[in-house]
Amino acid sequence: MALDSAAAKVLLGARGVSLSRGGRTLLDAIDIELHAGEVVTLIGPNGAGKTTLVRVLLGLVPPDQGEVRRTPGLRIGYLPQHFQRDATVPLTVRRFLTLSMPAGEDEIAAVLAEVGAEKLTDAQVSDLSGGEFQRVALARTLIGDPALLVLDEPVQNVDYAGEAALYRLIGEIRTKRGCGILLVSHDLHVVLGESDRVICINTHVCCSGVPESVAKHPEYISLFGRGAADAYAIYAHDHDHSHGLSGDVRHDHHHHRDERTG
Amino acid sequence: MFDDFVIRAVVAGIGIAAVSAPLGCFIVWRRMAYFGSTIAHSGLLGVALGLLLSINLTVGVVMVSLALAGLLVGLQRQRLLPTDTLLGILAHVALAAGLIAASQVSGGRLDLMGYLFGDILAVTGNDLVWIYGAGAAILGVTLWIWRPLLALSLHEELAQAEGVNTRLVGGLFMVLLALTVAIAMKLVGILLIASLLVIPAAAARPFARTPEQMAVLAGLAAVAAVAMGIGASLAADTPAGPSIVMALAVLFALSLLRAFRPLGG
Repeated sequence: MALDSAAAKVLLGARGVSLSRGGRTLLDAIDIELHAGEVVTLIGPNGAGKTTLVRVLLGLVPPDQGEVRRTPGLRIGYLPQHFQRDATVPLTVRRFLTLSMPAGEDEIAAVLAEVGAEKLTDAQVSDLSGGEFQRVALARTLIGDPALLVLDEPVQNVDYAGEAALYRLIGEIRTKRGCGILLVSHDLHVVLGESDRVICINTHVCCSGVPESVAKHPEYISLFGRGAADAYAIYAHDHDHSHGLSGDVRHDHHHHRDERTG
Repeated sequence: MFDDFVIRAVVAGIGIAAVSAPLGCFIVWRRMAYFGSTIAHSGLLGVALGLLLSINLTVGVVMVSLALAGLLVGLQRQRLLPTDTLLGILAHVALAAGLIAASQVSGGRLDLMGYLFGDILAVTGNDLVWIYGAGAAILGVTLWIWRPLLALSLHEELAQAEGVNTRLVGGLFMVLLALTVAIAMKLVGILLIASLLVIPAAAARPFARTPEQMAVLAGLAAVAAVAMGIGASLAADTPAGPSIVMALAVLFALSLLRAFRPLGG
């Protein structure tokens, strides 16, 4: 999606947000804006404050300085990092989806079909594989048709092929629903291709812009090493076909089939 | 064919089982079994202070257990000691303080053994009114906060992001727990109350596919154990409270047959 975002509606924004805990600066004068229909990827090394920024944006933690503004009545679908699954709570996928928000059978079926998990409706959440669970958790964020998805490290415990499929799925959801997406990640090369805009933070905003420009930015390279920029170049070159969730290639240019990735 | 005191005991037990079982599920889900015991152990201090200060005993128990919960939350802010250590300290200090306070209550107004081990066969009609009145309120509030409390138990931050007032709901849960301990004390005594919260939920888990099923099954298990325990107590002339706990243990043991062969496995 092209970025005529000056005109696009700002769903959620922060200006000059700073936060310290125990004498350590976690966030330093961060500005960020999330627009309708835009995929923004937040990257940064471990401890850069990515999750802290997400928590501030969601209103879970008040910032020490600065302000967070959100469109009144904004519906946010949130997929937190570290969702501990626990077999002590009996939970079907259906019940998991309706945990905090009630939803009808039709909507449950629709969001599960959207992530290719329609067969899991009655499965126990604790029985799902890592990849299945992340898909179901993604489906859960779609309940109530949110205008913004906030996905904090959505490919945890997913194998490499599954990661690529999940990111493509996220891209498809944006295309289909037109919702804004804030993606938090540290695995760079896979992420960048699906993003309209990348914001690289390390307590402060290091650099931001379209993926190509961020990948070449000196501060990005000094944070992640030259290999990361090269890996992105390889990825960008490779990214002219797309995979369905089951791993079948929807070939535009190539005429080969990949191994099953599901 | 049954004496009145037996009927009263069974009716009281059913009332308490219906309230404690759903709350017990949350105790299991939130890994708070030790917290339940700690609250129970503070019950004696609540009763003794209630008698010494001439206030309603249930109010005394609830006040002391809430103070204890607040103290725990405060102590958790330090990072050098884990929560189970803090609970191990609080539970037994509260019990020791309760025993000392009880010794200061003059002449026979406090039946120590009755509070420690319960005396369900001595339940009065007035007790029944208390159990069912407070029980209905506890159950009603439990159902009212069911969805947010469940969301909170699974992922606190997610629940908060999705609009749950986690402090309010978490605080209400503490109050419900304290009230349940206060009304259940007479049944099995403060030393055994935690079993009435935890064991029915544990026995129900292998048979449940949803949280709601687990709560209902736990309630049924608790009611069955109350009937079995009182029956065994009358037949074998054993103390009623411990007999109920042994009946719960039997149900839990049977549930293990299922636990080792999980659903969907």
